[in-house]
Amino acid sequence: MALLREIGTYFREIYLGIVSLLKGMRVTGKYFLTPGSVVTQQYPENRAELKMFDNFKGEVILKHDENNQHSCNACNNCARKCPNGSIEIVSTRVQGEDGRSKRVLVTHTYHLEMCTFCGLCVQACEQNALAFGQDFEHAVFDKSKLTKVLNKPGSTSKAKEE
Amino acid sequence: MRDSSSLIASLTSWLDGTFSPLWAGVVSMVLLGIGILVFYSVLGLYLVYAERKICARMQNRIGPNRVGPMGLFQTVADLIKLLLKELIYIRKADALLFNIAPFIVIVASIMAIGAIPFGKGLQALDLNIGVMYILAISSMGVIGILIAGWASNNKYSVIGAIRSGAQVISYELSVGLALLCIITFAGSMQLSEIIASQQDGWWLFKGHIPALIAFVVYLIAGTAETNRGPFDLAEAESELTGGFHTEYSGIKFAFFFLAEYMNMFIIASLATTMFLGGWLPFHLFGWEGFNNVMDFIPPIVWFFGKTAFVVYLMMWFKWTFPRLRIDQLLTLEWKYLLPINLINLLLISFLTLMKWHF
Repeated sequence: MALLREIGTYFREIYLGIVSLLKGMRVTGKYFLTPGSVVTQQYPENRAELKMFDNFKGEVILKHDENNQHSCNACNNCARKCPNGSIEIVSTRVQGEDGRSKRVLVTHTYHLEMCTFCGLCVQACEQNALAFGQDFEHAVFDKSKLTKVLNKPGSTSKAKEE
Repeated sequence: MRDSSSLIASLTSWLDGTFSPLWAGVVSMVLLGIGILVFYSVLGLYLVYAERKICARMQNRIGPNRVGPMGLFQTVADLIKLLLKELIYIRKADALLFNIAPFIVIVASIMAIGAIPFGKGLQALDLNIGVMYILAISSMGVIGILIAGWASNNKYSVIGAIRSGAQVISYELSVGLALLCIITFAGSMQLSEIIASQQDGWWLFKGHIPALIAFVVYLIAGTAETNRGPFDLAEAESELTGGFHTEYSGIKFAFFFLAEYMNMFIIASLATTMFLGGWLPFHLFGWEGFNNVMDFIPPIVWFFGKTAFVVYLMMWFKWTFPRLRIDQLLTLEWKYLLPINLINLLLISFLTLMKWHF
């Protein structure tokens, strides 16, 4: 009886082995026969229609809306969190309508050449003013070209004083 | 195109008429040698290209597509790169054996190419023990691999070479027994006669289920014998940094690389010859019109089409299955393939004795 059972397991193993191998071959065979499943991007040719993914970390940007307003209140959280010190914030104090002095962003300087794209600044931003941009073609011959001022000229802040 | 033997005969008679007998022999040998070498290198390069393209498609990639149209010249460029690279001299290696090993590997596979029937009459060497000759010569390659591993004076190389030795020696049995099944059917070891015996149907179909089992066993064991696919323990990049060819560079590495692909071609063409009717066209019994259309396709196209199909199957294995462990490899051979093969051979002998095959 035990011998019969062993012979049974022997052939059952062969059968199961072949079935599982065929399953694997079906997967690769299906990929081979469907050219639509190719995920490779032919990069320099498809520059025009290339769409990066939503969570792609190309560079840090300060979000501006259609009225050229950003929501940075110059709290300096991002600069403090940055492990490389690649963010410098210059702010000033102006008199608000209600008579209280208010902190206003002058320049939000971002050193792309020092950035490691860790994302701590975007996480730290309480106003949700920072985000990652999709642009990734940053190769330049001069390092100073990578130092960027993120707030656009003439932009104002819509951030509420905390 | 139909029959290459008349072409070969006219070439030989022209040679005999033009030169003295000695020089006719020399010239024909040189021509044959150059022909086989050119065929070998071009086919090897394009097998590498095909492998890269097929593996890319199976992994949802595109593969080489920059050098030439569809990347057709990628492997040619790779070869030029390998030719220009430095042959690094290993100080502690055994210089003679180290240098001779890649040549043993490549000569073994070139010699096997000579006996393969590509078309009617298109066969350099039609021995009466053709199957045995190809098996014997193609297993010479493992000696080259063993020597390469030993002479490199590197622990990874030695491990790779010893694995390769264990693997080829055990799987040689299965390859031999699977081919013995067809030899039993055909009653001959001469490749041209084995093809002639398939005039009324390929052995894969004529031999019922036992021939199918023999074909599957042959495919598995043949893949193992080329040190490829799920059985590439001899090189095992992730554990042995390349195995027996770790220390080789430049054109010597290219020899190992090319020989691997040509061994795959030899195994596939042997499968074509033994199981799939060689250069014979595909016929369906009773369909006269269909058979005439099939006859119109030249035999050399049939041969390369069938071989390409078997090569594709082997590439499919390689890019689907994970690598086996050494104990799993030997278990597969000694506990599964060999007993199945022996019983299969017994069954086939019985079938042949009773003349139950078609």
